[in-house]
Amino acid sequence: MNLLWLQSAGCGGCTMSLLCAEDPNALELFEDAGIDILWHPAISEATGAEARGVLESVLAGETPLDVLCVEGSIVTGPRGTGRFHMLSGTGRSMLEWCRQLAPLAEDVVAVGTCAAFGGITAAGNNPAGAIGLQFEGAHLGGALPESFRSRSGRPVINVAGCPTHPDWVTETLLLLAGGNFGDDALDSFNRPRFYTDHLVHHACPKNEYYEYKASARHLSELGCMMEHLGCIGTQAVGDCNIRPWNGGGSCTRGGYPCIACTSPEFENPRTTFTETPKVAGIPVGLPSDMPKAWFMALASLSKAATPERIDRNAKSDRIEVPPKPKRERT
Amino acid sequence: MTEVLVGPFNRVEGDLEVRLEVSDGQVTSAYANSPLFRGFEAMLKGADPRDALTLTPRICGICSISQSAAAAHALAAASGASMTPQGALAAAILHGVENLADHVTHFYLFFMPDFARKEYKGRDWHDAMVDRFTATMGSSQKAALDARARLFHVTGILGGKWPHTLAMQPAGVTRAPTAAEKVRIKATFRAFRRFLENHLFGAPIEEFLACRAASDLDVWTTGDAGLFFQAGRSLGLAKMGQGPGRFLSFGAYPLADGRVTASGVWRDGVVAPVDPSEIVEHVAHSWMQGTRAHPFDGSTKPDEEMAEPGYSWCKAPRLSGETVEVGAFARQVVDAQPLAVALADEGGVRARIAGRLIEVARTQLWLEHWVDALDPGARFMGEFEVPESGRGVGLVEAARGSLGHWVVIDGGRIANYQIVAPTTWNFSPRDDAGQPGALEAALVGAPVGNDETSPLSVQHIVRSFDPCMVCTVH
Repeated sequence: MNLLWLQSAGCGGCTMSLLCAEDPNALELFEDAGIDILWHPAISEATGAEARGVLESVLAGETPLDVLCVEGSIVTGPRGTGRFHMLSGTGRSMLEWCRQLAPLAEDVVAVGTCAAFGGITAAGNNPAGAIGLQFEGAHLGGALPESFRSRSGRPVINVAGCPTHPDWVTETLLLLAGGNFGDDALDSFNRPRFYTDHLVHHACPKNEYYEYKASARHLSELGCMMEHLGCIGTQAVGDCNIRPWNGGGSCTRGGYPCIACTSPEFENPRTTFTETPKVAGIPVGLPSDMPKAWFMALASLSKAATPERIDRNAKSDRIEVPPKPKRERT
Repeated sequence: MTEVLVGPFNRVEGDLEVRLEVSDGQVTSAYANSPLFRGFEAMLKGADPRDALTLTPRICGICSISQSAAAAHALAAASGASMTPQGALAAAILHGVENLADHVTHFYLFFMPDFARKEYKGRDWHDAMVDRFTATMGSSQKAALDARARLFHVTGILGGKWPHTLAMQPAGVTRAPTAAEKVRIKATFRAFRRFLENHLFGAPIEEFLACRAASDLDVWTTGDAGLFFQAGRSLGLAKMGQGPGRFLSFGAYPLADGRVTASGVWRDGVVAPVDPSEIVEHVAHSWMQGTRAHPFDGSTKPDEEMAEPGYSWCKAPRLSGETVEVGAFARQVVDAQPLAVALADEGGVRARIAGRLIEVARTQLWLEHWVDALDPGARFMGEFEVPESGRGVGLVEAARGSLGHWVVIDGGRIANYQIVAPTTWNFSPRDDAGQPGALEAALVGAPVGNDETSPLSVQHIVRSFDPCMVCTVH
């Protein structure tokens, strides 16, 4: 399987994250799986005319293309021309390149939330007119139309995340390379379900605090960050706390909230990223699949039942009170 | 005169197009175009100031923590907050890990593969280069990737993940490490030292830091560094790609008792204090509206017509009207590191790579020292509140050089946010007076062969700066 990787309007962080892949590292993983990198802007030898030659050869149909990976949003500005991002040396916009190359690929993979939905590049007033490959925010239809299908018959595969976990990218590519990408492998936003069937909440180390609604008031405190600090890990898809980042981390393990970076339009939160929007003191955006009245009833019960250990630790930046062993030392 | 257009210019972070005018086998004029505009400064306008801590790291996937640090310090300055001493130390560890990893990524993945090119077949170092540095295949590249990924475990512990952590805040860091995590981090640093000594230097790092003269590099033969110096000698890389000879550093790693490296600007062998009020961004040759301004008064309004004489989305920052070079080498010169000072007049491709190697060795030592100084019983986060109004600047040193964020807050929202990134300095277009940027000047005189479409000398010079193009325009 060969692979062409383009960096469109993004930060390059999904490539940097991919290079954090371990056991094996990204280069060995590709080599072992027979994934041949036609060209990647960060790591391939070919530059300038040589690189243009690779692109032209794919465009002319001389080099059949298996997977087109696009990292970064597609910018449409100014005024729909895409000239805010010309692919250097080619005199053509990245918008145009993506539209021309995508139909030639067996599969198209949008790497990261920018490529999938527009992402951070579309934040605020979206000065560059950033959209995703096949979505504009949560709306189907981006640089490529709603009806787009690659040669395999699949829509753009959206490996969303800001950045993407290295394994999300490598496992998507390994599944494609082995012909094991199932018909039901994508969720409603065309993200691979192997990581979006989980919530960031799953295996979050703050789960016990969540159970009692023992909340952190300030960043660095150990308590649950849902009530005050903007954490939406109970609604955000991703196996971030099941499959650790960089050895053993995750956002919530790092002491800051999940901002649902795998989701379309996460870049424009209702208030600020690190503060929970509330109506009459009650957080909006409670877990999506639980009746609100039940949640409130359970929350007030569990708050009342919070053990002192959990209450104190929640408001501290380290464990002040250890768990009491069930059996006392004799 | 012939014209050569090099693009897509890869193995740099982000998008770069370089236009060359060539006469008699030499570059006579160079024009650096940063062809991507995203508009982070415009996005930030009107936002809650705290959102800068989420948005600005995402300017760049390779200097993400540097952007965090600059934003955190700008907000701290605007609000009167400061990091607790241990919070600043943990922040320095996070930042040091990113800088160290970036230097290694640059050397192994971006810069060295050019020496494995077939054009150099027959040189006595070429077989070793092919074995170690063939792009995406080299044995040293793979070893470096493994070492880099393990080094980033430190950001997993202290920062949750890399890139794009939210751990760094104006008053400290969100994660207080435990005593067990402290020894775990130390173990990771020791393991990284083994990689540096077995692969990069082929000797104890202290031995490399004992080099004090340019001639010491001529006899440094061990490790991947030795292979570079050998190739560099045969290709004349010491005399290739001299920059403006003026070096800027804001001083790296603000700790409670001061910055770890000196701040200053080096001109003709003398280091003078930096006056940030002397920084002005010009726009005459940028696709930007407006006029030149200090970052506090700057604006970001793209010229949608992309009219001439503009040829890049990048603005042209100048210090007291002059171009300066920033980066690891500049930082080490300003800090009076003996080998860097010995190479200051040389100032070309070899000097930049040597500067980065010096900094790799020194950063490893700093990190080992800093982790020993972590106090798991201390406070890692202090108090911070968004001010109703105020202004502040955060000046830090990213892997690629001096990075500044200037924030103006009004009514509790961001009224203006301006960023001048390292490669904005190094790869700027011409300024209002027509003065070329640091790279543009460094490329003049580069040798170009008759049939070269992407001249190798130009590639060595460009990559010796380790440009980060996504930061450049932002």
